[in-house]
Amino acid sequence: MTANGWLQILVFFALVVAVTAPLGAYMFRVFEGRHQPLPRLLGPVERALYRLGGVDRTREQTWVEYTVALLVFSAAGVLVTYVLQRLQHVLPLNPQQLGAVEPTLAFNTAVSFGTNTNWQSYAGESTMSYLTQMAALAWHNFTSAAAGMGVALAVARGLTRRPGPDGAKTLGNFWVDLTRAIVYVLLPLSLVFALVLVSQGVLQNFAAYREVTTLEGAKQLLAMGPVASQEAIKELGTNGGGFFNANSAHPFENPTPFTNLIEMLLIFAIPAGLTFTYGRMARDQKQGWAIFAAMSALFFAGVAACYWAEAHGHNMEGKEQRFGIAASALFATVTTDASCGAVNAMHDSFTPLGGLVPLVNIALGEVIFGGVGAGLYGVLIFVVLTVFIAGLMVGRTPEYLGKKIEQREMKLAMLYILIFPLIILGLSAWASVVPYGVSSLNNGGPHGLSEILYAYTSGTGNNGSAFGGINANTRFWNTTLAVAMLFGRFFMMIPVLAIAGSMLNKKTVPPGPGTFPTNGVLFTALLLGVIVIVGALTFFPALSLGPVVEHFVAHGGKVY
Amino acid sequence: MKSSILVALRMTVVTLVLTGLVYPLVTTGLAQALFRERANGSLITDGKGHVVGSELIGQAFAAPYYFWSRPSSAGEKGYDATASSGSNLGTTSKKLRDRVAADSARLHKENPGAMGAVPNDLLAASGSGLDPHISPEAARWQIPRVARARGVAGERVALLVDAAVEPRELGILGDARVNVLLLNVALDRQFGAQR
Repeated sequence: MTANGWLQILVFFALVVAVTAPLGAYMFRVFEGRHQPLPRLLGPVERALYRLGGVDRTREQTWVEYTVALLVFSAAGVLVTYVLQRLQHVLPLNPQQLGAVEPTLAFNTAVSFGTNTNWQSYAGESTMSYLTQMAALAWHNFTSAAAGMGVALAVARGLTRRPGPDGAKTLGNFWVDLTRAIVYVLLPLSLVFALVLVSQGVLQNFAAYREVTTLEGAKQLLAMGPVASQEAIKELGTNGGGFFNANSAHPFENPTPFTNLIEMLLIFAIPAGLTFTYGRMARDQKQGWAIFAAMSALFFAGVAACYWAEAHGHNMEGKEQRFGIAASALFATVTTDASCGAVNAMHDSFTPLGGLVPLVNIALGEVIFGGVGAGLYGVLIFVVLTVFIAGLMVGRTPEYLGKKIEQREMKLAMLYILIFPLIILGLSAWASVVPYGVSSLNNGGPHGLSEILYAYTSGTGNNGSAFGGINANTRFWNTTLAVAMLFGRFFMMIPVLAIAGSMLNKKTVPPGPGTFPTNGVLFTALLLGVIVIVGALTFFPALSLGPVVEHFVAHGGKVY
Repeated sequence: MKSSILVALRMTVVTLVLTGLVYPLVTTGLAQALFRERANGSLITDGKGHVVGSELIGQAFAAPYYFWSRPSSAGEKGYDATASSGSNLGTTSKKLRDRVAADSARLHKENPGAMGAVPNDLLAASGSGLDPHISPEAARWQIPRVARARGVAGERVALLVDAAVEPRELGILGDARVNVLLLNVALDRQFGAQR
């Protein structure tokens, strides 16, 4: 480890802290304000979307209506993405004349982008036409991110709204949240940062692949495409699906250390900002910062461990020279903290402990800043759980933001907590004992198990990064991973929205002397403990058989 | 429910047109107007004006009078710019260990005058398989071979290498590096093309 490496990490984090409050305040105005920002410029776009979409913006929805809208919209999106892939050979913007995408791969990819996972069983430059990339995949980067933000807002409203005398029934309108997220947040930022990326060398064209004669006289075919427009939203929406197979390690996606910094910042910007937005919704900014602090602590623990392991091993396999070890370890931590899944180095080639960090980050439930929206609603479940445990310790009815947490909420929270490992461990167990599972592995020994475990953890956690050696483009892997992604997204969203619905109608009681404050250091520490203990208890056995065993085996010099 | 489905379908079309078509087209228009050369692949030309590749995409070099790039797992032969990929081999992979040992032996044999062990990055495949850079140490390590193949003094080649070293951006970000293709173009310009 070098001082400069740490300086890069600190500079990055300082930038995250710097954007959290302004972006969070901006998003509060967008979603909760009476007047949205930039009314002359973006107001007409917002209203046009409502008109064309047939949305009544004044009508709020119950949690069930909100959920139904989200599910129907997601289903329609998956279907359209599937169809676009299957028909890409007859659609325009396909200069390389790439054929129709194979059915299970098209299904896997449609689910993958519809669930904000962006797991990629394919190599972009040899599989997807330009139209598929932008209209099927990048489109989903916007909508799935916006939908995630919508769920987070709905949950925040459920927790923070104070019901009137006849109670509150509604927690926002899905279509309004979706539209505002796209029009005021995702689209303008993506446009600006796409141009910044182009200025540094990221491609943005519709040309056919360009053949050049190299200095030694060989032919090299350079892949082209509208990359920057997809790159910006890929990071900003914590989607992570690369235009090219090598993702953000590819020089046309991430050409310089400066673009690398920008891309990492885009990944954390909205999830960090939403903690501030949440604080404002709770009318207590410290509620947001307490969550932010817990996330930051886990981020630093992860990056320190990963950087140490990679630097200690002088490990350049799978890393780009322009980024070096520090910026690669940092990117790996950021992208797995935040359910993004873009990579600027190959996690599969990390040292055993270096590769353990991204895996653990995802296994903790994608709550270290987490996905756009998904990070906030995920951590709020842990917050509810923490409050409940604290309440048990002192023998009082637990309450959060003045609302009592009761049996129904705890049942739903436990459902959320249990679904996640059930899918991951169940499918991993299946895949590791059947020939059609293990035949896809690129590495033997414990590292092979890590590849399986990583795949399902990434899919279920809706991260999308991989121990990329695994050949997931088989019928078994495409199908089971699609199931993991679907369950990991929607079977976790539904209990979350149900909690929001049941918290919404509860009366708020003013804090008394026995109220456990949820905005201080003690709470942050407890929250950290709950996140780590739940994650550790669930995944420790599996992780010990993978990366941990591999670490010791590697020390003994054994190879597979 | 029925109205919800109708709204969902209409919003599907509307958002697809806005974010999936209008946005990338507008971005392309602006990018082509503002940063044309960058948006189209940062292509570079040799002394005679022929396009010899992209500044950002690495190439395979095997001739002794050129500096060599890192090992590559992009495509069958490496540096296939339509098949970006790392090796994805882990620390305990026998394949990786064998590859490193074989490369190390070959590089030592082909660089008889080189000082010390082979620099780390020259033995490690990059994440993209298209890394255009090597470390300054990896460039310096190759100077004796390149100088001998070109019949010029090592110091003169070293001057070119020094000029080609790109420092950390803003003094902080990333690692110092040498762009192999640009360095080789500069070599040809200074000492004449070999072919």
